[in-house]
Amino acid sequence: MRRPLATAVLFVGLTGNAFAQDTQSFDRIERGRYLAVLGDCAGCHTASHGAPFAGGVALQTPFGTLVAPNITSDPETGIGNMTNDEFLAVLHEGRGHDGKRLYPAMPYPAYTKMTDDEVLALRAYFGTVAPVNNRVVSNQLPFPLNIRLAMAFWNGLNFTPGRYQPNPQKSALWNRGAYIVEGPAHCGTCHTPKTLLGGDKNSAALTGATLQGWFAPDITNDQRKGIGGWSTDDLVQYLKTGTNKWTLASGPMAEAVSHSTSRMNDDDILAIATYLKDSGEASASARPESVAAGNNAMRAGAAIYKDSCAACHKDSGEGEINLFPRLAGSALVQSDDPTTLVRVVLHGTRSVSTAGAPTAPAMPAFDWRLEDAQVAAVLTYVRNNWGNAAGPVPASVVASQRASLAKSP
Amino acid sequence: MARKLPAKDVVIIGLGWTGSILAYELAKTGLNVVAIERGPWRDTATDFPPAYAQDELRYAVRLDLFLRPGQQTLTFRNNASQTAMPIRSFSGFLPGNGVGGAGIHWNGQTWRFLPTDFQLRSHLEQRYGKDALPADMTIQDWPVSYDELEPYYDRFEKLCGTSGKAGNIRGQKQAGGNPFEGWRSSEYPTPPLKQGLGAMLFAEAARKTGHSPFPQPASNLSEAYVNPLGVKLGQCTYCGFCERFGCGNYAKASPQTCVLPALLRFPNFSAQTESEVTKINLDSTGKRATGVTYVDTSGEEWEQPADIVLMCAFSFFNVQLMLLSGIGKPYDPQTGQGVVGRNYAYQTTSSVSVILKDKILNPFIATGAHGMIIDDYNGDNFDHTGLGFVGGGYMGFGQTGARPIQTRPVPNGTPKWGAEWKKATAETYQRACSLATHASSYSYKDCYLDLDPTYKDRFGRPLLRMTFDFHDNELKMSAFLTDRLADIAKAMDPVEIVASPRKGPYDSTIYQTTHNTGGTVMGTDPVTSVLNRYCQSWDVHNVFVPGGASVFPQNHGYNPTDTVGALAYWTADAIRERYLKSPGPLV
Repeated sequence: MRRPLATAVLFVGLTGNAFAQDTQSFDRIERGRYLAVLGDCAGCHTASHGAPFAGGVALQTPFGTLVAPNITSDPETGIGNMTNDEFLAVLHEGRGHDGKRLYPAMPYPAYTKMTDDEVLALRAYFGTVAPVNNRVVSNQLPFPLNIRLAMAFWNGLNFTPGRYQPNPQKSALWNRGAYIVEGPAHCGTCHTPKTLLGGDKNSAALTGATLQGWFAPDITNDQRKGIGGWSTDDLVQYLKTGTNKWTLASGPMAEAVSHSTSRMNDDDILAIATYLKDSGEASASARPESVAAGNNAMRAGAAIYKDSCAACHKDSGEGEINLFPRLAGSALVQSDDPTTLVRVVLHGTRSVSTAGAPTAPAMPAFDWRLEDAQVAAVLTYVRNNWGNAAGPVPASVVASQRASLAKSP
Repeated sequence: MARKLPAKDVVIIGLGWTGSILAYELAKTGLNVVAIERGPWRDTATDFPPAYAQDELRYAVRLDLFLRPGQQTLTFRNNASQTAMPIRSFSGFLPGNGVGGAGIHWNGQTWRFLPTDFQLRSHLEQRYGKDALPADMTIQDWPVSYDELEPYYDRFEKLCGTSGKAGNIRGQKQAGGNPFEGWRSSEYPTPPLKQGLGAMLFAEAARKTGHSPFPQPASNLSEAYVNPLGVKLGQCTYCGFCERFGCGNYAKASPQTCVLPALLRFPNFSAQTESEVTKINLDSTGKRATGVTYVDTSGEEWEQPADIVLMCAFSFFNVQLMLLSGIGKPYDPQTGQGVVGRNYAYQTTSSVSVILKDKILNPFIATGAHGMIIDDYNGDNFDHTGLGFVGGGYMGFGQTGARPIQTRPVPNGTPKWGAEWKKATAETYQRACSLATHASSYSYKDCYLDLDPTYKDRFGRPLLRMTFDFHDNELKMSAFLTDRLADIAKAMDPVEIVASPRKGPYDSTIYQTTHNTGGTVMGTDPVTSVLNRYCQSWDVHNVFVPGGASVFPQNHGYNPTDTVGALAYWTADAIRERYLKSPGPLV
């Protein structure tokens, strides 16, 4: 008896679109659940140790703090009262309740590529998430950025609504990968450099960006800066397990692997890898000149490396697969922006535990033991030894990151 | 009044080797498992990162990872005519503390007992006659055989990634391995560690004198390894900081490096740290446990109901908790009746220090379990006829490092301090090494554990009382073994050797080993054992002591951890495949 009634209600609710579906269909809810994995909804909407999707994760943006809202089915503090049309407007147009404009920390510029059917499957899934009464004040931006109307202007400049358009020149697998990367998985939200206003620099899509004190690396196929040196299998293994022969995921990517990529099905992971291996410039970007071995920082760095790093990363810089990241030949180690490197030496970091690679080893903190100039020297050394080449790391960069890490929770 | 928590399927007391193995094996079946651990949470990167793990003062001298007597201690006396006094500073042996337990601070020596060790009494009586054993020696056969335990030894070694060279694969002798060992179903998971010059010189001397040296089996890994739980271990760097230290390189097997990463992925597992179980609660019949009571850091008392209680604490504290909970009949040394606390045993160690000439040994390049060893004088590997003792041990070069504070060898007769001492230590450091014997400690009627009549712990519970001394059998054995070792040392062309056989009485203020065994022994007869062959209490069927050294009926000439790990897997299988299907006595 409940199903026809539910359908009838839906018909009323869905005026204007033709996606009347059985909201209780297992297949549909399961599809929605999987889309929530692809979209890493939990990454922002589930707080550490919090109830699923009850909100509360604070996102530190260059403009101020935004807190991800409660998206459980709670009618009062969640999205239990949201109609399907409203839900579509959120994901496709960045408009929340009552037409309020959202900030693009909610990656609607990516979700807009999802089909209506998928968005509504997602909606059906969230309808099954246990309601949690948890009021979240999302907008904690300072004046005047807290005036949501400003986003109308921003959207005009930075937002192109519209569904994903397949590229008929490419394979179905490539198109699936492109759709996931540009759409639900919203990889560019972290990995694409931003304009001064925080919009994507689409001409440089996925070439790396700094946010929340981490450098999200270049994930195009660039031989030097990107993942050009990785095989498709390397990339698949990384997304599935959080580690491969080159590196281990840590920081925000550890969360993305934990909540999202490690839970994707194998075909989708292969699709993402296929697309990323075909993205960006095929040729390698210009190789900077190595810092000379006789340089003072290099000499000090070599001694510090031997003393504090070589026991795990080895004299050869090869590290150990699934345990200690490889430094020799690593694109991340040689990236123009050393934010991540400075951060992990100062504060340490922990990689992710997945079913395929449960170990989750960690890098210890050295901030108590190494001065700014010493951190700078050892990083300059690892960036310019074993055939690596990258700009020296100035002590001032270490100092400013040490200061900003001291302020962060 | 304890506050009652929601019931769990399994409560585990102590999250060390046996606790973590049992937790993993049972959580895998979907059971809800909670582990309650007296000490703190410990994690490789946070608690012993390579940035400061090698701090000898903090860990080896000030004993940072060990149990504090203020948390829990025991009283000690050599014999029943004395009054036992509390140990106020652990020094003779060092119980671990916190998640990982002794599995963090061990050396990594990973030995199996000999097949004949498991039939000790019947084997010795058959070979040497009933009269050969002292009347007060209470050794007994194990309720499991080596053949039964072999697959479980194999499993634990594969969990650890143990490095070594097999001497016997399914009855086929293997060159370079231990020719005396029981059969193995497979080669060691990783090849032997590299050996330093000291070990090579010992091996050469041992060969020259007709012995069969081989590399010590070590769970300090010679190469990186992925264990069957999918957890990755790193390669040992030979830093020489194993015993008393945590390994910051993920290279020494421990619950942290082998089990916890996989265990923590189970949503049906949780751990409650810094909480001490004060009692196992029984129902009105006294034949079934209903769970445990524990006290957290704020002094709050909690009752954790559970269907199965697993006692996975260090040996002493399993015995104490059993006595305090009224499980099993306490042992009475006067009558020999009762079982809980019976057959406490230890280990009989001795050393031969050697100073060589013109050698640079670089003894600081070491691991906890590298070294070259001979097993010619262990167990019943040699004929004891006419020797006046039974038992034996392995011996060899197994120096675990030469850390700067505690390793200061000097020639005999050097002043203990001052300019001469300084000169001597500087000249001797590179040329000196220490050889050791590591031998059995059989059990006796008057060596036992019971509750102290006077002294109480911080919860007001009686402390455990240890009554122990070396017996003539062990002292004669130690004299014999130390002589044999000195003979080999002489073949190393030394400038000086000093042989120090073990002498009585047992002194609890001088560190010898932390291999404290017995008290809740496993056996075939409830009159002489606390547990049946599945490490299950004869009296309370849902209480198990899954393999901790307190289940050993006596101690043999090897380090206990491999047998502890094997028995943990053995018990886990018995619970999973038999007990869960039909809860009740398994024997």
